[in-house]
Amino acid sequence: MNDWYVYLIVFLSGGLICFLGQILIIKTKMTSARILVTFELFGVFLAAIGLYDPISSFCKAGINVPIIGFGASLANGAINAVKSKGILGIFTGGLEATAGGIAAAVFFAFIFGIIFRARTKKF
Amino acid sequence: MQDKIRNERYNKYVEAKIAKTHAWPSLFNSFWVGGLICTIGQLFNDILLLSFPNMSTQSAWAFTLIFLIFMASFLTGLGVFDKIGAFAGAGTIVPITGFSNSIASPALEFKNEGIIFGMCAKMFIIAGPVIVCGTVASMIVGLIYLFI
Repeated sequence: MNDWYVYLIVFLSGGLICFLGQILIIKTKMTSARILVTFELFGVFLAAIGLYDPISSFCKAGINVPIIGFGASLANGAINAVKSKGILGIFTGGLEATAGGIAAAVFFAFIFGIIFRARTKKF
Repeated sequence: MQDKIRNERYNKYVEAKIAKTHAWPSLFNSFWVGGLICTIGQLFNDILLLSFPNMSTQSAWAFTLIFLIFMASFLTGLGVFDKIGAFAGAGTIVPITGFSNSIASPALEFKNEGIIFGMCAKMFIIAGPVIVCGTVASMIVGLIYLFI
């Protein structure tokens, strides 16, 4: 479990996903919002066809930390909630599973937005 | 006819003015920075599980993502994240740090337009599409699983 090769797999798989993202940026000149949405929907798709869990147990953080993992937990949350709660699960499942991430991102952005001042961007 | 020539000339001018991203160094940088961020996440997750053995793997992952989100918005506030982002490209956008930065960065930038309509509203200028598309897609998936 704690062997060093786990970190190697995490590094290589995480790096590969970002590498593919960079290829997309160079080839299509996509903005970061489109990149995020594309990878997120890819994660939703992977989870929907049941491929995400086997990949995730092998790559661990290599696929959990990229936004693919965010999309996958949206889809997995919806799937599990539908199984346990029925129709209500369609509405609650996805956001319930990702609530921690969204709330943290909004909260920290708010706090640091109050504390810090914007740097002028240099192009 | 003249319009066409003018348009072509203009497109060439734009091509020349756009900052060239050199393909290979940026690909290499996005690879190792992205890999490093994922490795930091794995390391944090493992340390968390070692220090709190009865924590479930699911909540350990949630804490890991919250930690990475915290670091990304903190570094965005310090102004460091933009520099790493310019260097690494997709290496910082594709991990959850990019999601965090996409909320924190407009929050800082639009602060001077007021707290409510500046900061709170513009926060979701990039993250909004991510949340909307993700929610809709997850509901479609849930709907499909309801019927099979």
